[in-house]
Amino acid sequence: MLKAEIYVKLKDTIADPQGLTVKHALDSLGFKGVDGVRIGRLITIALNLKDRKKAKKDISEMCRKLLSNPIIEEYKFSIKER
Amino acid sequence: MKFGVIVFPGSNCDRDCFYVIKDILKKPVEYIWHQNAEIDDFDCLILPGGFSYGDYLRTGAIARFSPVMKAVFDFAGRGGLVIGICNGFQILLEAGLLPGAMVRNRDIHFICKYVYIKTENSATRFTARCGKSQILRIPIAHNEGNYYIDEKGFAELKRNNQIVFRYCGRKGEVEDRYNPNGAIDSIAGIINRGGNVLGMMPHPERSSEMALGSSDGVLIFKSIIECLEQKKDT
Repeated sequence: MLKAEIYVKLKDTIADPQGLTVKHALDSLGFKGVDGVRIGRLITIALNLKDRKKAKKDISEMCRKLLSNPIIEEYKFSIKER
Repeated sequence: MKFGVIVFPGSNCDRDCFYVIKDILKKPVEYIWHQNAEIDDFDCLILPGGFSYGDYLRTGAIARFSPVMKAVFDFAGRGGLVIGICNGFQILLEAGLLPGAMVRNRDIHFICKYVYIKTENSATRFTARCGKSQILRIPIAHNEGNYYIDEKGFAELKRNNQIVFRYCGRKGEVEDRYNPNGAIDSIAGIINRGGNVLGMMPHPERSSEMALGSSDGVLIFKSIIECLEQKKDT
């Protein structure tokens, strides 16, 4: 059986206030090497499918319809054995 | 004339809206449960504020697929009046009934306070009772009110006078320091091209009688009623 790991994040052109706040926190902890922070989410979906092609098609559709908002977000995913 | 207030799991301003229509404005109103795929004859649908489906995934993202939303699409498509307030606005955006999207407030705080908004378009069916450029004092209460739209969409909003409310100072100054959440161009409310679907982040139902500190919000509901009454006469 397969599982999908989906990363959804704000597009680079959209300000990410959460990432900016975390960057400030890291700065104040003394980490000098932080240039920028962006925060997204990881969604894992356990599939009852064996066919990778079908899995890819379904997950793409899920991403477009519900899991991401194409106006502000982009996604990528990988499909693995579980 | 009949108003419908849609109730999603997690809506929490539904009763406030119901109260304003029934007790302050004395008009018929009913609750509509989100599972109802078919709804009666209503003249105006209100999508209230709250945290539908716990705001999981994105605000409004799951509510948008509730069975009742198909009826809302049909109703809006026929030209019916739909107003989305706060979470209701977020749902209308996710549903594509209004353009753009919401992201986190720029200071990542939940903001709950009275603000001033300027009526940028008082010729809509939702703002006809507001004077030109009238400043309204109405509270906001949200975490995701940072309105975003791409440049092309923004130009279109401007060209078609779809920006209805903008955050401002007491005297109507639209400046960044009066923009509570970082919304593009201080946008607090927009309307669709057809002029029958309005979304706004401020809560008119929480400012419809002086006991609450402001009655400016009632102008929006009165505008809707006036529009519906005129429609009946013609």
